[in-house]
Amino acid sequence: MAELLEVRDLRIHFPTEDGLVRAVDGLSFGLGGGRTLGIVGESGSGKSVTSLGILGLHEGTSARISGEIWLDGEDLVRAAPERIRDLRGNKVAMIFQDPLSSLHPYYSVGDQVIEAYRIHNRVGKKAARAHAIEMLDRVGIPQAAARADDYPHQFSGGMRQRVMIAMALSCDPKLLIADEPTTALDVTVQAQILDLIADLAAEFGSAVIIITHDLGVVAELADDVLVMYAGKAVEYGTAEDVFTHPAHPYTWGLLGSMPRLDRERGERLIPIKGTPPSLINVPPGCSFRPRCRYADLTGGRSAAEVPTLRETGPGHLSACHLAAIQRRRIWAEEISPRLEGAGQAPQAHAGEGII
Amino acid sequence: MSAPPRQGATTPATPMAPGGPADALLAVTGLRKHFPVTRGIIFRHQVGAVQAVDGLGFSIAEGETFGLVGESGCGKTTTGRLLTRLLEPTGGRIVFDGHDITHLRAGQMRPLRRSVQMIFQDPYSSLNPRHTVGAIVGAPFRLQRVKTERGIKRSVQDLLELVGLNPEHYNRYPHEFSGGQRQRIGIARTLALRPKLIVADEPVSALDVSIQAQVINLLEDLQDEFGLTYVLIAHDLAVVRHTADRVAVMYLGKIVELAGSAQLYRRPRHPYTVALLSAVPSPDPGARGRRQRIRLSGDVPSPLNPPAGCRFHTRCWKAQEICRTTEPPLAELAPGHHAACHFPENT
Repeated sequence: MAELLEVRDLRIHFPTEDGLVRAVDGLSFGLGGGRTLGIVGESGSGKSVTSLGILGLHEGTSARISGEIWLDGEDLVRAAPERIRDLRGNKVAMIFQDPLSSLHPYYSVGDQVIEAYRIHNRVGKKAARAHAIEMLDRVGIPQAAARADDYPHQFSGGMRQRVMIAMALSCDPKLLIADEPTTALDVTVQAQILDLIADLAAEFGSAVIIITHDLGVVAELADDVLVMYAGKAVEYGTAEDVFTHPAHPYTWGLLGSMPRLDRERGERLIPIKGTPPSLINVPPGCSFRPRCRYADLTGGRSAAEVPTLRETGPGHLSACHLAAIQRRRIWAEEISPRLEGAGQAPQAHAGEGII
Repeated sequence: MSAPPRQGATTPATPMAPGGPADALLAVTGLRKHFPVTRGIIFRHQVGAVQAVDGLGFSIAEGETFGLVGESGCGKTTTGRLLTRLLEPTGGRIVFDGHDITHLRAGQMRPLRRSVQMIFQDPYSSLNPRHTVGAIVGAPFRLQRVKTERGIKRSVQDLLELVGLNPEHYNRYPHEFSGGQRQRIGIARTLALRPKLIVADEPVSALDVSIQAQVINLLEDLQDEFGLTYVLIAHDLAVVRHTADRVAVMYLGKIVELAGSAQLYRRPRHPYTVALLSAVPSPDPGARGRRQRIRLSGDVPSPLNPPAGCRFHTRCWKAQEICRTTEPPLAELAPGHHAACHFPENT
């Protein structure tokens, strides 16, 4: 299948005084048109650096980028900065985490949406304004025509994020990247924004990359999931596969450390021991080894060899040295029973008590 | 500003607050905090008040974990700061361990500070970057002039070990630690004087999921070991479900629902609680189609000018005429389950 976006062996390194920070180190994944990919990982896993790389926003920084990012048949790593500028906002657009600091406080929101539209479309001011108001209306801003002249500080957090979405979608991009779009928002507003992104992406036929640390958000929105750890992909698969039979010990750890609404009080969380590694001194071999409970079962391979993504099922990849038999046994005997809610068993409590 | 009127001298010694036993460690009745809004530079005059907290009543038993949840601006942080008396209440009464602490002056507060401690949200700004870990964790001993058996240094090292840090890191500075470790330093400082009550304001929201679980487990272990009582303030409903025995849901400065954790999450009565729970994304892609999500329209109204009647009526799908005019009282709908609604759910 021809993918809309294909990232091959992407490496983004930052030289610093303390050493080379390997923020992204050999990342490969693909994304089909119109699909939604969730990238999950903790802070420092390289998920935001990757998205900025796709937008060409490391231009002018000290970043050293190698590998390939193919978007619709063009390699963005080798493309000229002018060409990237053309594509940015037009074919790829981004929604940032903090809508207050990503909107300009001196310009009305209408002007900002108009600007985004007119950069890529040769239209008059009137037509652009009409388009901006239409976009603001579509993202659910009441009385869009009147509110277009308001300034960002006159909007609430959720409304600002709607403005960001209007701006991102104003040029009908093929790929929309949302970097922690709801982290700064309250849970009821988060629900509104997630619904909005899903509805509009379907309406515009855009592919979406949603970057988040919240597994709930990914499960809610994503078709495919990419789990990142220390600059590498550790697991990739459909949301169904990754959540119902995850294959990587790190994914097990993430699911085990999450307090859940559908789990009773008093059950103990199963945290991942230790802390994420420094990206300057990534451990040799598997970078998750120092925190992995099962590293000893690989007979020393995890200390010596960097695991590559291998298929554990159709379309389901995991970068782990554990043998399939061991992995299945650990999942079935140790992990799955403790996660009940995320287990294969169809569970009733996901919506229990909620009307 | 003139001091708020003192009250409490004539009120009975053991007020009954809803949802708690009479022998509570902490009892709060009618607690209010209004922040004045002023205009003018030379002739300042008050033009209104932000009703951050408006008439809270609850009590907390010893050894219990009491969760306070709500969206930003609901007054949960203000409540925490009132309980620890970092803010002066505008009205109401706070009784801690049999003593009325509502309007104690700073000097009178000092003995109380030993028993009531706070864990802050941001482990980056709550530790002084110029002080060593030893100085930070040892500060409570010095401030309270507590003599420890084997010296302050030894006690601090014991505390560091207790929260899972290396005692040899005594002389390091906060920037040498990760977010989770810093939160542990904050917890060690909190525990120094063996408090009875710990108010934890979003203790894990700044941490990554895997680290969050470590800190939650640590808080649970410490509670078991020292019989601590927690007030846990959080916006994350799952974290509160996991840790709290009883939960109060706040909306615009008021408690709208107060119940045991299991009751509240299984059978929420207040429409706001129902909406809040349905909005939490579930980490189960299979549940996507099955769940019915209630979309609350709009945002929380301004606490400067809260809606009349029930404060939730502007966003509530069940609102009737009575909700616009009459404020529903926090009524006990089932044993230990209180909700302030004219038309409660799940009845």
